[in-house]
Amino acid sequence: MSNTAEPHYLPQGDEVALYEAAYAARLPVMVKGPTGCGKSRFVEYMAWRLGKPLITVACNEDMTASDLVGRYLLDAQGSRWIDGPLTQAARTGAICYLDEVVEARADTTVVIHSLTDHRRALPIDKKAETVQAHPDFQLVISYNPGYQSLMKDLKPSTKQRFVAFEFDYPDALQEVAILQGETGLDAERARTLVSLAHTARNLKGHGLAEGVSTRLLVYAAQLMGQGVAPAAACRMALVRPITDDADIRQSLDHAIDALWG
Amino acid sequence: MYGKAPPVVEPQFEHPQWLAAWRELDCRLPGVQAVFEACMASTLARLSEDQQHGLWGIGRQLGKPGRGPEPVKAWLTHWPEVVTQLDDAPLDDVMALVLALHRSPNSAAITPLLGSLATAAKRLGSAEHLRHYLQLVQQFMQQTTGSIHGRQQTQPSPGLVPLLEQVPRLLQLVSLSGLRRWVEHGARVHHHHPQHQADYFALQSDDSLAMLQRQRHGTLLVDAQRTLSLSLQALCKQDTPLVPLSGDDAGPGRPTPIYQADPQHPSLGLPDVLEPLNGVDALTRYRLMLLHAAGHRLWSTPCVADNWSPMQRLAVEGFEDARIDRLLLQRWPGLRTPLLALLPPVVEGACNEAEYACLRHRLAVFNRAVLDPRFDVHDPHLQDFVRAFEAALQANANTSAMAELALRWVARTRRPSDQQPSVFFEGTQLDWRDDNRHLWRFIEDGDEEDTQPSARHDTAPELHSLPPRLYPEWDHVNQTERPDWVKVYEGLHPSGNPRELDRLLTQHQALMRRLQRVLDRMKPQGRERLRRLELGSELDLDLAQQAWMDWRLGHNPSERVQQHWRTNERHISVQLVMDLSASLAEPAPGSELTVLQLSQAAVAILGWTLAQLGDDLAIGGFHSNSRQEVRYWHIKGFSEAWGDAPLARLAGITPAWSTRLGAALRHGSRTLLQRASPRKLLLVLTDGEPADVDVSDPDYLAQDARQAVLHLQDQGVLVWCIQLHPAHEASVQTVFGRHYTLVSHLGQLPQTLTQLFLRLTH
Repeated sequence: MSNTAEPHYLPQGDEVALYEAAYAARLPVMVKGPTGCGKSRFVEYMAWRLGKPLITVACNEDMTASDLVGRYLLDAQGSRWIDGPLTQAARTGAICYLDEVVEARADTTVVIHSLTDHRRALPIDKKAETVQAHPDFQLVISYNPGYQSLMKDLKPSTKQRFVAFEFDYPDALQEVAILQGETGLDAERARTLVSLAHTARNLKGHGLAEGVSTRLLVYAAQLMGQGVAPAAACRMALVRPITDDADIRQSLDHAIDALWG
Repeated sequence: MYGKAPPVVEPQFEHPQWLAAWRELDCRLPGVQAVFEACMASTLARLSEDQQHGLWGIGRQLGKPGRGPEPVKAWLTHWPEVVTQLDDAPLDDVMALVLALHRSPNSAAITPLLGSLATAAKRLGSAEHLRHYLQLVQQFMQQTTGSIHGRQQTQPSPGLVPLLEQVPRLLQLVSLSGLRRWVEHGARVHHHHPQHQADYFALQSDDSLAMLQRQRHGTLLVDAQRTLSLSLQALCKQDTPLVPLSGDDAGPGRPTPIYQADPQHPSLGLPDVLEPLNGVDALTRYRLMLLHAAGHRLWSTPCVADNWSPMQRLAVEGFEDARIDRLLLQRWPGLRTPLLALLPPVVEGACNEAEYACLRHRLAVFNRAVLDPRFDVHDPHLQDFVRAFEAALQANANTSAMAELALRWVARTRRPSDQQPSVFFEGTQLDWRDDNRHLWRFIEDGDEEDTQPSARHDTAPELHSLPPRLYPEWDHVNQTERPDWVKVYEGLHPSGNPRELDRLLTQHQALMRRLQRVLDRMKPQGRERLRRLELGSELDLDLAQQAWMDWRLGHNPSERVQQHWRTNERHISVQLVMDLSASLAEPAPGSELTVLQLSQAAVAILGWTLAQLGDDLAIGGFHSNSRQEVRYWHIKGFSEAWGDAPLARLAGITPAWSTRLGAALRHGSRTLLQRASPRKLLLVLTDGEPADVDVSDPDYLAQDARQAVLHLQDQGVLVWCIQLHPAHEASVQTVFGRHYTLVSHLGQLPQTLTQLFLRLTH
């Protein structure tokens, strides 16, 4: 929310200015990039910077259109309509952020179509009502192209409605700075952590679906801040979560031993 | 008239001891004297008097029985070695075995036996173990020597001589217990086939090499290959293929890693097996080799070698290797511990310049000085160069700067003794370094030997077919797998005329119409409504109204008023494996059609059914002609649409040969296991029991197939057998447990097969 403290975000390029331009034109925004590279943090930061409320919805495969739009609930007086987060954002003029939107089923994502073109309206069939979006309303979705399976991809008709930012893991120097900014880790250990992350990212496509994210690096640094030995912290935060494959685990463990000495 | 034998001329030895020994040996066979003279000096120096008497005495005995001079020569050559290794060498046991060989048809094995003793004594290290070795040979001899009608042994053991000839090499590779397992395996499985037995023990067959590989101690490269490749990818972003180098590429020790920097086909040869060394485990040793070679790839550039002497090249390699190692340590400081543990503890002055060429030693001391921070050097030249090396590293020196430094070092430290023929090797070989062939570029063609590891050529060339795949087979007698035992050749089945099947199918029109109605009901409906949920995705208005009325009437309303839609899709992969053995051509009882024709009709209907339902189906057939030739034919692939092409292949089936079920299951399930569908079904259509021409044990193939089925079940595949012949129920139970259907009336096969499928998948 806009009145909270400034989220820590280190710009990688001119994405802040571009986002501001997109918001000024109220264009729907898509943020692409691998898990844990800072997509959500970027959206939080922009909402804070623009001074707009942010409503985040974590999408999952059981999510239905009702979860976004709203539903009737029963109470003592009978049935009562409750707005879903999307409707709420459209009414109040918030930024609605649908995180990992490909996780939601394709028929669910179709409800956002009318909000993302010139109509800027959300029809609610069950109430026979059309909510006209507040002038401040903006829709942002995040999307991880790493899940490139047929089952988990956005429909072309959905993709066509957004302007997009492509994120990747920050470069080594920036990632070191992020680690230091987030956790106060010293530069030497932050550098080693980042080079370990690069080691693991080299295995993407060779048995690892995704590399080690910046978020996991932050976790490792936090564990080290708690006094955990670096090698143990790396095993716990960087290796064990991302793989069950014994050979990959062994290779990464070896890389940890080789780097930390 | 008989000619008079020429008088025996006694050689004239100056030394009385030599003459006495020669008389004691008392052997005039040709060539023996030369061997006697060659070994005499060292024998006198090394053996005690008793041992010498034993040597000559046994030598005399060996010369008498008329087996020629070879046993005596082998004895004189090798026994002194054995006695030097083992003070209490088991002379009596050796003689007992020699006598047993002499009395059996295996007397040709006496010489190779004596020849193997020296290596055996050296590798086994105790008289006790040597005795076990002799017992092993004796048992093997008794087991494999052929007899007629079980009475008198008349046929020599086909594998004994090849085995004994290989023993020196085998004992370099495996321990005595490993050798025992390898020998027992070969003796058992090749008992009835002399030629195969000889090939096995001469290490000429695939299964022999595979079995030997399993007995080796240490970590095999094949086992570590994946994790090593991953390390290479992770740490250096390189995907150089790893090639195993077998032990005898470079003599008795382990082979030196070879990095081929060919830009088209780079490869890294690593020893095929490694053991822990100095507390460093084998995997870490492999990784150091890997990273050193990767370091060369990252940081080394080739130099022109033509104008440099071998010594200069050696020095350049030494300096460049040291630079690479330092860069590795800089990047991965954790490598220091294993690297220092493997670094030979060379010390200055260990090499005597009066006797040896010490260049390699000086280079090793230099290497230790720059790699081991705790090592101090005293030689001022060496100190200068260590300083210069450190300065060059600071300045990010490249290969040519290192080469320049190395050439200066050679010029400064050159000694006349460096030209001596005997080179001081001790402690000069660093475990993780490769042979640096990638570092040199020759402008003129040299005569360097090409030692690039090449593919084995001992497999028979196979034309017009994919190379065979080797599969193991389960040996139920001793509960182990026979590795690489069966060769499976796969191919696309030749096509026949699909219209013949149409004729068969017309007889089953009624069945197909009935099926069509069933299938229409079974087709996935896409979405399914789940009602009466407490937490669903939306309100179920009917139920909500009911609850509302209950509430108003004062009853307890149900809270389950929501509903949810669920997608309901069939996602199943089916692999049908057909037994195409010769018995399929027999007429089916009670029908004018053959078993083959009924099977074809049934499979065609099944294929049609699955195409209707949209399920993935692959069809394959198999038959076998001994373990050397199992044929697996593809009739329909998973991604292929049901149509004329698969029907034509189905129509083209010609039954032949036998049923090696286990190998077919292992091969046929490979693509099935790779399918993404959560449910996998493997159907086996057979009219016989597992049997093959080269197997006499009736249980063997059934137990092997049982293992294959269990293995598939572990991987989540439902394996179901359709047995067309009621007589084989017992065997089918052994293999498939309760997962089988017996077709009592063959005319009903099409119905049975399709109904079974629907029952299993609905």
